[in-house]
Amino acid sequence: MFERFHKFASPPHFHAFARMLSPWLFGVSALLFAAGLFGGLVYAPADYQQGESFRIIYIHVPSAWLSMFVYMVMASAGAVGLIWKVKMGDIVARACAPLGASFTFLALATGSLWGKPMWGTWWVWDARLTSELILLFLYLGYMALQSAIEDRRAAARAGAVLAIVGVVNIPIIHYSVEWWSTLHQGATITKLDRPSMDISMLIPLLGMTLAFKTLFAAVLLVRTRCEILEFEQHTNWVRELATGPEVR
Amino acid sequence: MKSLTEFFAMGGYATYVWSSYALAAVVLIWNVVQPLRRERQLLRTMGSRVQGGRRVAP
Repeated sequence: MFERFHKFASPPHFHAFARMLSPWLFGVSALLFAAGLFGGLVYAPADYQQGESFRIIYIHVPSAWLSMFVYMVMASAGAVGLIWKVKMGDIVARACAPLGASFTFLALATGSLWGKPMWGTWWVWDARLTSELILLFLYLGYMALQSAIEDRRAAARAGAVLAIVGVVNIPIIHYSVEWWSTLHQGATITKLDRPSMDISMLIPLLGMTLAFKTLFAAVLLVRTRCEILEFEQHTNWVRELATGPEVR
Repeated sequence: MKSLTEFFAMGGYATYVWSSYALAAVVLIWNVVQPLRRERQLLRTMGSRVQGGRRVAP
């Protein structure tokens, strides 16, 4: 079992695996986006309170969920690299950061575009918005660390520690709407309760969430391949790959 | 069925809704294109370096 895992987690094997899987994920994601966009923009009825502006939810909520999900992937991969010295852990963590930062930016920007017509303001310093902004800074800090430290192993260790400490922010974001009074509305979908949303609005939201998630998985695999190539550029297998028939 | 003009007007929220979707499109497409281009570039430069500069850089 352990031997199997080690073989899978070796860079050449993971590289081949990522190469095989990513086109499929891109395809599935494109289909989900087509269905989700149709569902969200055309099929779902306008909200009885917010009118058509609620359609921003189909961008805002998937990005916000992913911003936290990607952070957990990054921190877990970083921890695996830090504790068990698995090189693939370091590599995956490093590949996650720019993606997570982009989803966090998207969640903040679309939230702002939604807040202006509904709350009358682009921004408030309340718990939900501020903790999400801190998440963006955690990603940017991680990326800055990676580019500032030349030695990749040292950069990965420092980044992993930062990412693990920053995990404390994730439950704060999640529960912020319950712990503090805030302009931000409460959760629409929870595990324990029936969602407070009509099924015709809910299905496109789940579709868009899956579309975002598969796109994240596909891009993460491509980014991971790039990181592997850089990490392993002096090994024979990368040299063979770079001079092989598939390149150019 | 709504008319197309009605659809694009988004009940008066067109600016907010469409800029959200446009922003998402830009961010997501950049997310996909950038690493794919980086991978191709990486393999090319590594390939030409391994071949001892026999190939002239473009």
